[in-house]
Amino acid sequence: MSWMILRIWTALVYLFLFLPIGVVMLLSFNANQFGSFPVTGLSFRWFFKLANNDAILRAFETSLLLGSLTAVISTTLGVLASLALVRYKVPGQNMISTLLIAPILVPEVVLAVALLLFLNALSINKSFFLLLMGHVIFTLPFVVLVVQARLVNIRRDVEEAAMSLGASPRQTFFQITLPLLAPAIFAGMLFAFTISFDDITGTLFWKPGGVETVPTQIFAMLRNSISPEINALGTVMIILTVGLPLLGIGIVRKMSTKSSE
Amino acid sequence: MSVVSLNNIVKRFGAFTAVHRMSLDMPEGSFITLLGPSGCGKTTTLRMIAGLLDPTEGDITIGGQRVNDVPIHKRNLGIVFQNYALFPHKTIAQNIAFGLKYRGVSKQESVRRVRDALDLVQLPDVGDRYPAQLSGGQQQRIALARAIIIEPNVLLLDEPLSALDANLREDMRIELKRIQQQTGITTVFVTHDQSEALAMSDLVVVMSDGRVEQVGPPEEVYNKPASEFIARFLGTSNILAATCKDVSADEVLMEVEGLGPVTLPKDQTREIKPAEQCKIVIRAEKLHLASPGTPRDGRHAVEGVVETVDYQGQAARYFLRLGDLQLQAINMIEDSPFSKGNHVDIRIRPEDCVILAGEPS
Repeated sequence: MSWMILRIWTALVYLFLFLPIGVVMLLSFNANQFGSFPVTGLSFRWFFKLANNDAILRAFETSLLLGSLTAVISTTLGVLASLALVRYKVPGQNMISTLLIAPILVPEVVLAVALLLFLNALSINKSFFLLLMGHVIFTLPFVVLVVQARLVNIRRDVEEAAMSLGASPRQTFFQITLPLLAPAIFAGMLFAFTISFDDITGTLFWKPGGVETVPTQIFAMLRNSISPEINALGTVMIILTVGLPLLGIGIVRKMSTKSSE
Repeated sequence: MSVVSLNNIVKRFGAFTAVHRMSLDMPEGSFITLLGPSGCGKTTTLRMIAGLLDPTEGDITIGGQRVNDVPIHKRNLGIVFQNYALFPHKTIAQNIAFGLKYRGVSKQESVRRVRDALDLVQLPDVGDRYPAQLSGGQQQRIALARAIIIEPNVLLLDEPLSALDANLREDMRIELKRIQQQTGITTVFVTHDQSEALAMSDLVVVMSDGRVEQVGPPEEVYNKPASEFIARFLGTSNILAATCKDVSADEVLMEVEGLGPVTLPKDQTREIKPAEQCKIVIRAEKLHLASPGTPRDGRHAVEGVVETVDYQGQAARYFLRLGDLQLQAINMIEDSPFSKGNHVDIRIRPEDCVILAGEPS
């Protein structure tokens, strides 16, 4: 009996969490012009309207560019930092490690305001480049954590074995360390991309005038009126931010089973 | 000719000295074991030969050439690690062929040599598999194949058997010795396991606290331990205090704790004067137990009581009480072992007593 209650309760919790997402996705296909219940017919009109909305397309472009650049920069820095911290003795190792992870621990608003005030104090104008740097700061911890965790598990003696067989430290890195690290690098990159693509708090503070990312665009649209286009946009976002990591996990799994079957 | 020479090498880590001034020549084609408890400096020494650590002082030469400043990938060494260290993302064949890539070996030649190496380690059909698909023993054979295919000047083995379970370890030990003899590669083997060291080596180097305690063939190190440490570390020994009573040209009369006066043959390498205090070592298997009253065949004998019996199948280990002394004896069991409380005659051949060098500690 008590098990039954627990089950129903659990189901209700999940329903509460996922029902809104389901509703958004359902309504995005609704032909009704107000984008609300009742569902009057199945249609892709909101998606077509979305595809013709210049503001949204521009925001999409900005978000993709921002996300991709963030992923590339963050991953490069994160991999190099992890290598230095795990493989070499660096003075102040623990402090550097903590500092790199710190942006996760600090509330994003605080980080956002701090950076904004800092830029003001230095009288530097907001720009796309600084927005990008802001995204790098708070995606870096995820890359560092994922890559470090993997690197710790790559035994040093595997690299030593490669060197004893005649590979130079450089060749050892490209032949042994990098391929073994690849799944983590890939995962870190995906993390960085989705976090950047999804972000609104920091972006709102840092974005220069006239630049909108998808989340800030949605936010702006919501302030005026609730157009059914937003439902369609929500569906696209959900597919992108859920689908991409799932795809990534699938690829990583495939890559690592190859070497551990 | 010695392939590897260590000349007065010292390794310090900050204030800690891991290896004290050590010199050693390793003859071509020999199997040398660095033996000692953990923390004795044996792995540090191996890593210095490999080029994974730099000696603080002293020179290392390989094949007559000083290699202190030669990085590991130019030393032409084969290393086998405790945990195999195979490349998990490469197939077995790719693993074995790895070193050949850096030696300008042609593709065909490489394929042929990988096949030969797999035959040598008796795993001819695993070339296409990945390391994780092999057992620990198989992985270690592949690691060995990968190390010897490059025809290294020296093969370095860092406790290669200790990750394997007991039965497999013995098989691998025999296998390793066979391959070493077949290829004739000078081999340096690091272990803390005395039976591995005794079974495999041409030369055993016993180390303790960063110092070399004794260098010699296995029988010599076992039968004539140079120090109390070695006597305790290798096998089971009884170490007894003794005082020299009289010395003649080829005999020494010793008053031994618990055994009374014993006349020992004189060890010509060891100076001993009357009234000198020293220690003697008697291996546990050299104490023969017999029922009291049976003929003693001219051996020195004392009577003791069995305190504990540790039955081991073909042999038994006895703890014997002799006044306030406890002795250990390991005897083969002929019909039935002695039991607890039995009075036994403990018999010793004088030539089995080794007088330890140096002052008693």
